[in-house]
Amino acid sequence: MFEIFGIPSQALFGQLLLGLINGSFYAILSLGLAVIFGLLNIINFTHGAQYMLGAFVAWMLLTYFGIGYWWALILAPVLVAVTGVILERLLISRLYQLDHLYGLLLTFGVALIVQGVLRNHYGISGMPYSIPEELSGAMNLGFMFLPVYRGWVVVASLVVCLGTWFVIEKTRLGAYLRAATENPALVGAFGINVPRMITLTYGFGVALAAFAGVLAAPIYSVNPNMGADLIIVVFAVVVIGGMGSILGAIATGFGLGLVEGLTKVFYPEASSVVIFVIMAIVLLVKPAGLFGRAS
Amino acid sequence: MECGSPHPRAARKFHGKERCRDVGLRRVVKKIDLSVSVNPGRNYIVNHLLKRLAVMGTLLASTALASAADGPVKLGVLNDQSGIYADLAGPGSVEAARMAVEDFGGSALGKPVEIVVGDHQNKPDIGSSIARRWYDTENVDVILDVPTSGVALAIQEITRDSKKLALFSGSTSSDLTGKACSPYGAQWTIDTYSVSRSVGGATIKAGGDSWFFLTADFAFGHAMERDTIKVIEDNGGKVVGTLKHPNGTNDFSSYLLQAQGSGAKIIGLANAGGDTINSIKQAREFGITGQQQMAALLLFMSDVHSLGLDAAQGTYLASAFYWDLNDETREWSKRFHERTGRMPTQMQAGVYSSTLHYLKAVEKLGTKDSEKVMAEMKATPINDFMTKDGVLREDGRVIRDIYLFQVKSPSESSGEWDYFKLISTIPGEEAFRPLDQGGCEFVKK
Repeated sequence: MFEIFGIPSQALFGQLLLGLINGSFYAILSLGLAVIFGLLNIINFTHGAQYMLGAFVAWMLLTYFGIGYWWALILAPVLVAVTGVILERLLISRLYQLDHLYGLLLTFGVALIVQGVLRNHYGISGMPYSIPEELSGAMNLGFMFLPVYRGWVVVASLVVCLGTWFVIEKTRLGAYLRAATENPALVGAFGINVPRMITLTYGFGVALAAFAGVLAAPIYSVNPNMGADLIIVVFAVVVIGGMGSILGAIATGFGLGLVEGLTKVFYPEASSVVIFVIMAIVLLVKPAGLFGRAS
Repeated sequence: MECGSPHPRAARKFHGKERCRDVGLRRVVKKIDLSVSVNPGRNYIVNHLLKRLAVMGTLLASTALASAADGPVKLGVLNDQSGIYADLAGPGSVEAARMAVEDFGGSALGKPVEIVVGDHQNKPDIGSSIARRWYDTENVDVILDVPTSGVALAIQEITRDSKKLALFSGSTSSDLTGKACSPYGAQWTIDTYSVSRSVGGATIKAGGDSWFFLTADFAFGHAMERDTIKVIEDNGGKVVGTLKHPNGTNDFSSYLLQAQGSGAKIIGLANAGGDTINSIKQAREFGITGQQQMAALLLFMSDVHSLGLDAAQGTYLASAFYWDLNDETREWSKRFHERTGRMPTQMQAGVYSSTLHYLKAVEKLGTKDSEKVMAEMKATPINDFMTKDGVLREDGRVIRDIYLFQVKSPSESSGEWDYFKLISTIPGEEAFRPLDQGGCEFVKK
C-alpha cells in the first residue's frame, strides 16, 4: 500500500468516493438551477426550499399515509413540481419582462415563507426518516466500507443528470426549448405554446430539486433549514460551472464534491470555505464560469 | 394662487411642483439667515436658553435613572429563536420564563414582571448589541438562557461593564465560571466539565479507553474537547486523534471514515444540535455503531426526538434534567407540554429555575440592585421542581446533581418522549470542577 501526502492510498480512495457522493447532490441541484436559469432567465432562490419540501413530502407520505421510500421518490417530486407550476403561473410569470433582480427577490421571499411556515409547525431539529430495507447495509469494497444507500445515490443522480442533459441537448423537445429561449416570438409563430413549455420547464427544475430532497432524506437531517444551508453552496457551483450551462452544472457539481472531500481529509476546518475560494478564483480568471459562454 | 398659500397642493398644481419647491427652499434659507445674524442680545438669550436646557436635561436624566431603579422587574430571554438551537431552547425557553413568572404570582416589587425576547441568531455580535441595548437603554435587569457559548462569553464581558445580571442555562462552556467568570454571571445547568466527567468517566469505566474526537470548530467544541481529554488522560485512557469540523456541517461521512480508520474504541462527539444529529445518523449508516461506540457529549432530548430511537439507541448522555424523573418533574413537564406541544429540555427547565430563584431574591430584598440580588441568590439554596438544595457557588456555578442517561432502544420505550433510562446520579461536588481549579479571577482574591 502506498501513501499520497502521508495519507494511505486506500483511505484517500474512500474519501474521493465520498466526495463523489456529495457531488451528486450538488450536481442534481445545480442542474435544476441551470435548467431554470438557462431557459427562463430566473434565478430560482426557492430551489433550496423546494429541495427541503421534497424531503418533507417524503416524510409526510410515510408518516401520514404510510407510503414508503420508492413511491415517495416518484410522488414527492411530482407533488412539489405541482406547487412549482402554481408558483410560476401565479407569480413568476409576471416578472419575465423585468430585471433578474425581481425574480431573485420574489423567489427568495417565497423560500423564506415556506421555511418559516414549516419551522413554525415542525420545529428546527428535524424529522426521522430511515433508509429503506432494500438499500440498508453496506458493501466492503476492499478500500472502504460503502453503505449501499450511498452507492444508490451516485447511480440515481448520474442517471437523472445524464438523462436531463440528453433530453435538452439531443432531442426535438430540447431543441424547441432552446429555440424558445433564443426567440420566443418566432417559436410561438410555428404553433408551439411557449408559455406552457416554460411553465413545464420550471416544474421540471423544481422536480429535480425535490428528487434530490427525497434522496437526501434518509442520510441528512430532514429539517426546514436543510435547503437554506445548501443553496448558497449550490449557487457557487452554478457560478463556477457557468450560469445556465447544463453540462457545466453537472461536471462542476461532481468535481467540487471531490475537491471538498479532499479538503475534509487534509484541512477539515476549511471544508466549508473551499468552494467559495474556488468561486472567487474562477470569477477572476474566467468571469463567465468554466463552461459558460461569455456574452 | 401663491406657493406659500394655505392651500399648498392647489398652489403646486397652479405653479408646477418644481417651482414651488424652489420658493420653499428660499424661505428656509431666509429663516436660517435670521437665526445666525450677529446680535449680542440674541446671543445672550440663546446662552440662557441653552443653560436652562442643560439643567432640564440633567433633571430628566436623573428621573429616568430613578424610574429605571423603581421600574418593573424586566427579564430578557436571549436565544436562538429559529436557527439550529431553537428546539432545545428557543420559544420554549420564553414559555418557561412565563411559567416561572406566573407561578411567582405575576408581579415583583409591586409591579407586573415584564419579559422581553431577543433572537441572537447564534452570532456573538448580534447577541452583544442586543445585550447592550437591553442593559443600558431598555432597563432589562437580567438576561436569561443564551445558548451557544460564543454569545454567552461575549455577554459575560458586558455584564462586567453594565453591572447587570446574566443567568446562563443554555450555554455550556466551562470557561463561563472559569477564566471568563463574572461576578454578575451564573451558569445554571450542565457545563462542558461536568458532562465530560460524567459521560467520559462512565465510558472509560465501561472499557472505552481510546478516543477519536469530532469537534465543532467554535468555543463550545474546543472547551468540550479540552475538558474531556483531561478526564480521559486522568483515567488512563488515550486520545488517538481529533478533528475539527465547521459548525453546521451537513455531511459527516468523510470525518466518520477517518474516525473509523483511527481504530479508536470511542468516537467522541464534541458538537451540538444538528451536527450531533447528522453525526449519529450517518455513523449508523456506515456501520460504525457496531464496532465502535459513539459518545455524544452534548445530546438533548430534542435531538433524540429528531433522530428516532432506532438511530440513537445506546448512546450515553449527561443532563441536569429529564421530564420523567419524579412526580414533580412529570407534573411540571406536563404543564409545559400542554403549552408548547413538546417536552421540556434541560435548558428550558433551567430558564424556569433561574427565573424563579431570581424573582424570589428580588422580592425578599425589595430591590433590583444587581450585587445585592446576586449575593442573596448565592446565599439561598435553590429549590424547585428540577433542583434539590442546589447551591449557586461564588464563581457563578450552580452545584447540583447531574444524571447519566442512556438512550432507550425502540422496544424499551413506551412511546413518544419516553427516551432515556437513568444509569446513575452524580452528586454536584463530584460532577463540577472544584472552585480553585477554574482560574476565576475574583475567587482567588
